[in-house]
Amino acid sequence: MERYPKYDVIIIGGGPAGIAAAIRSKELGMKSILIESREILGGVPLQCIHPGFGIHYFKEDLTGTEFISKLLKKMEDIGVRYLTRAHVHSIEVRSHNEKIINVITSEGVKRLETKTLIYAAGARERHIFETNIVGDRPDGIYTAGEAQTLMDIYGIMPGKQVVVVGSGDVGLIMARRFALEGAKVVAVIEMMPYPGGLLRNVVQCLRDYDIPLYLSHVVKKVSGRRRVEKVTVSRVDESLRPIKGTEFELRCDTLILATGLIPNIDILERIGVIIDPATRGPVVNEFLETTVPGVFAAGNALVINDSVDNVVNQGELAAEGAHIFIQNDGMPSTGWKPVKKGRNIRSAVPHYISGMRDVTFYARVRAPERMVEVRVPEVHFKRRLHSVRPAEMITFKLRKELLASLKSPKVTLEVVRLCEK
Amino acid sequence: MRLRVAIIGSGIIGSCIARVLSMYENFSITLIEREFDVGWGSSKANSSVIHPGHEEDPERHPLRAKLCKEGNILWRTWAKELDIPVKWPGELMLFFREEEKRARKYIDLAKRNGIPSVKIVPREELLKMEPILNPDVEGAVYAPTTGVIDPFEAVIAIVENAVDNSVKLLTETEVRAIKIAGGQVKGALTNNGFVEADIIINAAGIHSDEISHMAGVEPNFKIRPRRGEYILFDEDVEIKPTRVLHTTPTEKTKGVYGLTTIHGNLMIGPTAEDLPPDFKERTSTTSEGLEYLWDKAKALFKELPPRSKVIRSFAGLRAEPPDGRWLIRAYTDPWGFINVAGIRSPGFTAAPAIARYVLNLIRTEYDVKLVKKDRWNPYRRGIVRLADKSLHQIDSLIRKNPDYGEIICYCKLVSKAEILEAIERMRKIGIKTITLDGIKHRTRAGFGRCQGAFCRWKIALLVSEYAQIPLQEVVIKKSPYGIGDVKVLLRGGK
Amino acid sequence: MREVREIVCLICPNSCVMKVYLEDKKILRVEGNMCPRGEEYAKQEIIQPKRVVISVIKVRGGDMPTVSVKTENPVPKSCIPKIMKLLSRIELDAPVSMGQVVIKDVCGTNIVATRDVRRKPAPKL
Repeated sequence: MERYPKYDVIIIGGGPAGIAAAIRSKELGMKSILIESREILGGVPLQCIHPGFGIHYFKEDLTGTEFISKLLKKMEDIGVRYLTRAHVHSIEVRSHNEKIINVITSEGVKRLETKTLIYAAGARERHIFETNIVGDRPDGIYTAGEAQTLMDIYGIMPGKQVVVVGSGDVGLIMARRFALEGAKVVAVIEMMPYPGGLLRNVVQCLRDYDIPLYLSHVVKKVSGRRRVEKVTVSRVDESLRPIKGTEFELRCDTLILATGLIPNIDILERIGVIIDPATRGPVVNEFLETTVPGVFAAGNALVINDSVDNVVNQGELAAEGAHIFIQNDGMPSTGWKPVKKGRNIRSAVPHYISGMRDVTFYARVRAPERMVEVRVPEVHFKRRLHSVRPAEMITFKLRKELLASLKSPKVTLEVVRLCEK
Repeated sequence: MRLRVAIIGSGIIGSCIARVLSMYENFSITLIEREFDVGWGSSKANSSVIHPGHEEDPERHPLRAKLCKEGNILWRTWAKELDIPVKWPGELMLFFREEEKRARKYIDLAKRNGIPSVKIVPREELLKMEPILNPDVEGAVYAPTTGVIDPFEAVIAIVENAVDNSVKLLTETEVRAIKIAGGQVKGALTNNGFVEADIIINAAGIHSDEISHMAGVEPNFKIRPRRGEYILFDEDVEIKPTRVLHTTPTEKTKGVYGLTTIHGNLMIGPTAEDLPPDFKERTSTTSEGLEYLWDKAKALFKELPPRSKVIRSFAGLRAEPPDGRWLIRAYTDPWGFINVAGIRSPGFTAAPAIARYVLNLIRTEYDVKLVKKDRWNPYRRGIVRLADKSLHQIDSLIRKNPDYGEIICYCKLVSKAEILEAIERMRKIGIKTITLDGIKHRTRAGFGRCQGAFCRWKIALLVSEYAQIPLQEVVIKKSPYGIGDVKVLLRGGK
Repeated sequence: MREVREIVCLICPNSCVMKVYLEDKKILRVEGNMCPRGEEYAKQEIIQPKRVVISVIKVRGGDMPTVSVKTENPVPKSCIPKIMKLLSRIELDAPVSMGQVVIKDVCGTNIVATRDVRRKPAPKL
């Protein structure tokens, strides 16, 4: 086994978060390397052929494929060191500024030593056994991401009569893909009383193609001997429980699960990183440093994002945090102030702030609302928003000048409804 | 002159019989399996427990009691010879206040069956043994010879070894009729032609009654499918019993088990639901069944893992014979037909012993002078698993074969080399259609937290490359991955 | 005759729900947009709804079997089935470069590639 000289930072995960972190690390003059399990860099955007990427980062509305191509070009131009077909087996935390990353490659096991680590290995898709769907286990069930890989990279058609579970943007986009390629999209089934994704996606993915959207419904059961033959759908009550007697069947040969993503952090859990049950990702401070010193997280591995611009920002922020860590041989000790979740805030990252630097918050609401203000009362911060919805992450920055006025030992994020005119 | 033996069904029973018969010069053996792969019936979805035998009534079910005990002992050798993952944690049959009298009956049964070391463990000692237990428990009947095995790997290993010893496996071959002429078995008519046989052994599990009727034998013998549902949890839950736990059995079932599988997952189950005779393909889970299991699990454990930690729920069918009685008989009219039918629990445990019993039936009923083969290989090595190795060992493996350095399944750390080897092994035993499910059971790829969301398409790509078939034609379990290329529907073609 | 139509804007994630007031099929005014692009979109949607079409085209001999494509500009909704039919009949040969026009002049715009597909190296003998 080969043992390598010490790196300043190792970035695990070659998707947009990791690539952005790697670029920033190089810009900051850190000795860095990016590690990716697949044989190509790029992550999820490689298979996203729809636009909506890079609106802020490149000031253009690009497809995921175009976005990642430009980001990779930037990475190549700046000269980032990376390894592909390299899978992280385990992490050993020797001390606050010494970590060993054991990497499996086709040349053997490499033991890479580093001072800091940025974990950006993305998220996994929720599978059928994480829903309440019972019944057979026939073929013809795919997660949305898998279907997207099959159609938009490998050019194969999963099925022809499709039911999509979940009306988040991913589910809506895949419903349209299937419809465009000639499949019959029988229905999109959504558990909540409102669609999960953006209204524009409901229009351009469902209404444009006359695809029925069943709100407040769940798939209870899937049936099929060899392949999916039908699903049993039921209406749900306010507690999201199926209402007896409202069941009906939908014939289909394909079930697409678009029920959400979960941060892919087994390896972080094994080194004792504390997890936030609301995000199912690590608890972090304003540098996106986890509870293990010198271990940072960014992108979907930290919190499920919906905009790649935020993902890239998180990658850059983590790199900046790693840089400060290295310059000070550890994060400067400070009284970290916890971030509390107030009214209608389901999740908020970071979980701790110092109050001495600019902080960017990434938060999600519990329920959709219109005409609201996001507030941080302890510093009199108010931002008016036209509407908020769980599917759309809210981001805002608190400048250090504003935080200077902070006297309280904590900060609270809350959403307040403004009176109608 | 060799006797041509056709064994119908390559589940645990059929494959054990094939292995035992393959030890003798006297037989030329064909193992007939209607699915794409071996062990896809009841053998695939069961509790994975090797029972001691103290739950069998030697008066009511003498054969079950005898062969269960023998099987328990035989598995210890077989698992070593065949490199089948197994552990021997022992079991605790928990009883609560009113159940003590019923539970003590099992001590009595253990004595009558000669099962070693079965005893009552009182509450205090019990809670020290397994701190995660429900503290309301009164005590438990402890049986130390209980094992937990990998049931899929078991069937696969046995078949690999049988084929290595000249058994022929015919997959995708379904028996349609049995030819009998002059009171003698002639062979089986299948969808792939006629298989000549002097002896036909019916080990068709849930369909064993149908096969028996094809031979005109035991017309009143009817199998009732009994469904059992199971819930499997993520490896990292805190509730992981060391020993096999179960509730005191009822008339119908061995009770609900809570155990840690050989792969390290907490599993609870089964339910026991009798289905109508023609519901033989109903391996569906139900919300009632799964809720029942959550409820019963509360009886076993102090607290349960959260629902978010469930990684899989599944159901299996057991072949329940009339009266719970195994039908193991060699017939002389028609000569050559042997029923090994309705092998309900403790079928898996008894399987190696059942195989020997059947061998003995052949010897006595058909007057065969058994001649042992000079060269019979008892050994089979399993696929070398990266996940079980240290970093140094992984490094060495990669230097010998760089394909070990490419990780395909992240959750279970399965490399390309292992997947390619699984495909090779499937080909080697005669499997005609490589399925992703077959690879899953041989490598554990897809068994983990993500249930294949990350790796299924990667494995399919490897199969597509290896088998030289388009990606959309790769079979997942029973159907192809896709219906055509992405433009197939727009072209309006096939 | 007066009419009010509700149009959801597709231009940005805000998805403004706008009201378009018409008289005798002529657009009087647009309400509810948060920016001028929205007003433009609403008007266009009334006159002739247009969409950008995104899909893939099969590629021969490339390191990927498909290339992702989009229409350079939005096309009339009614054109979409025709475009999809066309895309299903075409197969390109690698290499394809991002930005390359792969089909010219379809429904008033071009179809461009949105990723690179390199030529697959010949198999080693």
